[in-house]
Amino acid sequence: MRQAEKVVEHPAVWFQASACSGCVVAVLNGAAPTIRDLIVDQLAPGRHVSLRFQQTIMAGAGEVALELLAAAEEGGEGYLLVVDGALPTAAGGRFGLAAKQGAHTTMHARGLELAAKASAIIALGTCASYGGIHAAAPNPSGCVSISEALREAGIEKPVINVPGCPPHPDWFTGTVAAVLLGGTGGGQEASSCPTDRLELDVVGRPRRFFGRLLHDLCPRRGDFEAHKFAARVGDPGCLYELGCKGPWTHADCPEREFNHGVNWCVKAGSPCHGCVEPFFPDVSCPIYEKIGLAELPRLVRDEAGGLVAVARPRVGDR
Amino acid sequence: MAQTRTIAVDPITRIEGHLKVEVVLEGGEVKDARCSGQLFRGFELILAGRDPRDAVLLSQRVCGVCPIAHAVASALSLDAAFGIAGAIPHNGRVMRNLIFGANYLQSHILHFYHLAALDYVDVTAAADYDGPDDRLGSLRDFIARGQLAPFLPRYEGDYRLSKEANREAASHYLRALEARRLAHEMCAVFGGKMPHQVGIVVGGCTETVTADKVAAFLSLLAELRRFIENVWLPDILLVAEAYGDYFGIGAGVKRWLSYGGLELETEETDLLKRRRYFPAGRVEEDLRCQPVEADKIAEHLRYSWYEEATSGRPPAEAETTPAPDKASGYSWIKAPRYDGRPYEVGPLARTLVAYARGDAAVKADVDGLLGRVGLGGEALFSVLGRHAARAMEARRLAEAMEGWAMELRPGEACCEWRRPPESGSGVGLTEAPRGALGHWSEVQGGKLAHYQLVVPTTWNASPKDDRGQPGPIEQALIGAQVRDPENPFEVVRIVRSFDPCLACSVHLLTPRGRELGRCRVL
Repeated sequence: MRQAEKVVEHPAVWFQASACSGCVVAVLNGAAPTIRDLIVDQLAPGRHVSLRFQQTIMAGAGEVALELLAAAEEGGEGYLLVVDGALPTAAGGRFGLAAKQGAHTTMHARGLELAAKASAIIALGTCASYGGIHAAAPNPSGCVSISEALREAGIEKPVINVPGCPPHPDWFTGTVAAVLLGGTGGGQEASSCPTDRLELDVVGRPRRFFGRLLHDLCPRRGDFEAHKFAARVGDPGCLYELGCKGPWTHADCPEREFNHGVNWCVKAGSPCHGCVEPFFPDVSCPIYEKIGLAELPRLVRDEAGGLVAVARPRVGDR
Repeated sequence: MAQTRTIAVDPITRIEGHLKVEVVLEGGEVKDARCSGQLFRGFELILAGRDPRDAVLLSQRVCGVCPIAHAVASALSLDAAFGIAGAIPHNGRVMRNLIFGANYLQSHILHFYHLAALDYVDVTAAADYDGPDDRLGSLRDFIARGQLAPFLPRYEGDYRLSKEANREAASHYLRALEARRLAHEMCAVFGGKMPHQVGIVVGGCTETVTADKVAAFLSLLAELRRFIENVWLPDILLVAEAYGDYFGIGAGVKRWLSYGGLELETEETDLLKRRRYFPAGRVEEDLRCQPVEADKIAEHLRYSWYEEATSGRPPAEAETTPAPDKASGYSWIKAPRYDGRPYEVGPLARTLVAYARGDAAVKADVDGLLGRVGLGGEALFSVLGRHAARAMEARRLAEAMEGWAMELRPGEACCEWRRPPESGSGVGLTEAPRGALGHWSEVQGGKLAHYQLVVPTTWNASPKDDRGQPGPIEQALIGAQVRDPENPFEVVRIVRSFDPCLACSVHLLTPRGRELGRCRVL
């Protein structure tokens, strides 16, 4: 890549809460941009993501690592916060512990502190975005998304949700690029909130990746219309009768495909299980059972005007 | 009297998940060590009550680094519960092995280069590089911009490679990022996507076999084999040469256990008797192989943040209730023990078990390594022994996978697709990249009544047990020398040699009621 004369360093902090590291590994799988483009080289000429804290890959450990985090927090430069994982709140948050310089605290408390000082927040993955599998019924550790934690704490901060279990790496790097480049479009820094240049949907996701129904993009849509349904996994035909969640899942998986375009769920003969949606996995279970088109989950406003997703009230027969 | 000092490394970075390690130093020697898992998730309770088929896709979400291991353990357990363990189609068995094997390669490469290597390799050697290697050019430009995170700061004081060797290894760090990405592309060929594949299901696999997929898989595999042979194994020797004392550091409990894994047949339904690529067994220092009996596994709870009512019982009988205020507790990880003893699991354990059982390829690798470094067998019980075992295992496995890919039969069935049975139970024992992994499932009324996991890092990173015996990582730390308490690089090198995966520390809660219906999302 061409070396720009002056390179702007964009500090970034990656905070991992109750997570499986799948989101980290997914980001390592990016083909264009690659992880090398993202953190070693310049993501775009003159723009470099300076990843100050990411505990799965950073060289330092213990206090040496925590000093970096404190420096990013106190440095006054601001930082892009990437949250990966959900925040446990049960038992005073003690199901998820976090190290902090000179103290031990909870992931919940630490996540809120870091979020409050961040200049932009990306919730990476379905757990950070909506609670995900860590918040699945009966939610043993009381996990909540970063948005929900901020709202409960009365902290107003915009959050960009990049869900997926895990997300396609392009969804993340594309969002980071938008945040980096978004502030430069109008000559002057047009806004203190870099997130407003990404158009988000009602559940906080960038429309450019999550704006269309998977069912409408699916190469097996013709089979659906022609009522050619697969009876078993791996059979040709639409996987709707095998529980495909494409009819309510919003993501561009069929166009983008995973792992450098090698494959994706439906192409591999497996129904979409709706991993980018609020309430995943509960709304998607049983994964291999057909859901009537009239039973699709829906979003409503609650009495306070907040947006609430209403799931079909079942997971099996419990 | 020597001064006593306790140092805590929290967080231990460059591992999967959240781990804190405390060591008590006396005159520079570790006298005591405590490994503390920092997260409780309750995955097993989340699974209870669901359609059993969902467990394969959901339980793999325990871990984004080794999801395939969980998908396979879950599928093996449920194949048995569905009564079809002996009826998995040939293609389904082989495809599972290929997806699983590809993730082994990914996980092992990630571990050596991206989790462990920065303990030995000084990337700042690229600072004044002016040659043609574009990867080193990238690192040079990165360093020149002056913001050195995430590569610096770090524990200082013991980087021993020459400038040339550091440069070569630093370039390989970036090249390995590409190699591990290709390994995941291999997984995706038959598994749909990675991490969190969709191809492995109860009964077999969802993908179909066609010659073009086999060719794509083989092409990626060939690239990985070149990388392992020409880059990784030489780098292991490079590190071994400069850090030879680490063949004598971090031995641990000197008891190793492997459940065996990667199915070479499906007719035998007792997994501990089945013909598998990785053999099952237990060994101690004398390398005499002993059988594994599943009913000798028990979980101890005295030093974990759980109530102790079922401490010392087998996993299937364990009732685990969190007790975060428990005074004796210091970890969210339980302490599994075999016949009352701690066991190390992982690539070194698999290698020693296979060696003890007379596996010719393993013997050739191990004896070749020992000859090369001029050391006796006890050198394997060490930090470098673990790294070398992992790399040699990857080479052998990649070679075997080529043969397996050629066994696929285009056009034939890949899955014995069934609806859940009214009742049934099964045990899925396999080997994750990090070691022995078990999933226990019980189906009642067509739903999961009980689900339990005992995972590799629970063995390796376990706290002390009810008899006060430290876990394998704790034991490996005890006796180690720490030169500079401000830079305890010895501690992190020992811990990382086990490739801990903390996400896997998952536990059962006593089921209570459940809530579902509304949740604020924005």
